[in-house]
Amino acid sequence: MHATNTPLPQCKLDRHLVWAGFRHMVPIAVFVLVFGAAFGLAAMQSGLDAAWVVLMSTLVFAGAAQFAVLDLWGAQVPIVALALTVFAINARHLLMGATLYPWLRQLPPARRYGVMVLASDANWALAMQAFGRGQPGLGMLLGGGLALWLFWVLGTWLGTQIGDVIADARRWGLDMVMGCFLLAMVAGERKSLRTLVIWAVAACSSLAACRYLPENSHVMAGALAGGVLGMAWTEQSRER
Amino acid sequence: MSVEPLGWGLMLIVAVMAVVTLATRWGGVFIMSFVPIGRRVRQFIGAMSGSVLVALLAPLAVQGDGGARLALATTAAVMLVLKKPLPAIAAGIAAAALFRQI
Repeated sequence: MHATNTPLPQCKLDRHLVWAGFRHMVPIAVFVLVFGAAFGLAAMQSGLDAAWVVLMSTLVFAGAAQFAVLDLWGAQVPIVALALTVFAINARHLLMGATLYPWLRQLPPARRYGVMVLASDANWALAMQAFGRGQPGLGMLLGGGLALWLFWVLGTWLGTQIGDVIADARRWGLDMVMGCFLLAMVAGERKSLRTLVIWAVAACSSLAACRYLPENSHVMAGALAGGVLGMAWTEQSRER
Repeated sequence: MSVEPLGWGLMLIVAVMAVVTLATRWGGVFIMSFVPIGRRVRQFIGAMSGSVLVALLAPLAVQGDGGARLALATTAAVMLVLKKPLPAIAAGIAAAALFRQI
């Protein structure tokens, strides 16, 4: 076993940290509420019952995949295509779990997998940011995830009830919430020449995958290309 | 294979979606539990975490409409000046909304 240089306090997970993560996420989650309402409305328009729409948001909790599934909706739904679409869009969770592993592995398995149930783009990004600063991040992951999940379900329900109010979420720029949030995370990171080159390779690989590889494989392609370059290229005097 | 999105069929659809999604949330952690974490793997993970975001954003910026591009550019600019995420996100969304009203 390799000696770990991750200090244990970073892996702390208690009620206060979860609550702090929850509060930290609420301003973002308000946007998710509106995004959820947009989904609720779109799903109703596809012919789903309100109760089923809310149940789907509760159990699946993956906005992009849920929207994509509506495209497959009809009198008959192809179940294999559905499973593949959901997998491809959510495959980025695999990468997120892997990047969190150095911290998650210090938890007992039940908690390790329990925390991951609510892993999603925004709370993962906040958790990684906290770890990058040497702060505890698992509270961000769980607390932030709870906030996102709660507002996503609540928003979905609202959309099924009063959807007409946000009939055109796109027109109000609300489809850009996650994009802008994730970009803010990237822009706030510590940058070096090495990081910038890795990101450039990731971006180019992602764009190339959009063009030449099957749909929804671009995140996987870009992230793996960036990761492999990072593995090969050791930064001088790298310290954590 | 297709199912009718009613009753049991609908239940099957939601169950498949939930199970597949949960598998992606757990899978990465599960796979990593078989990989010894050395220096190289650490570097891989470190480089990959930023790359996931960049790979998500690149097509948005390149293939998105003017509103999407303006939103991202505004968020980046505000973030670099103020270094505060919330104003940066709000400005980005406002920029997209404004662009799409015109």
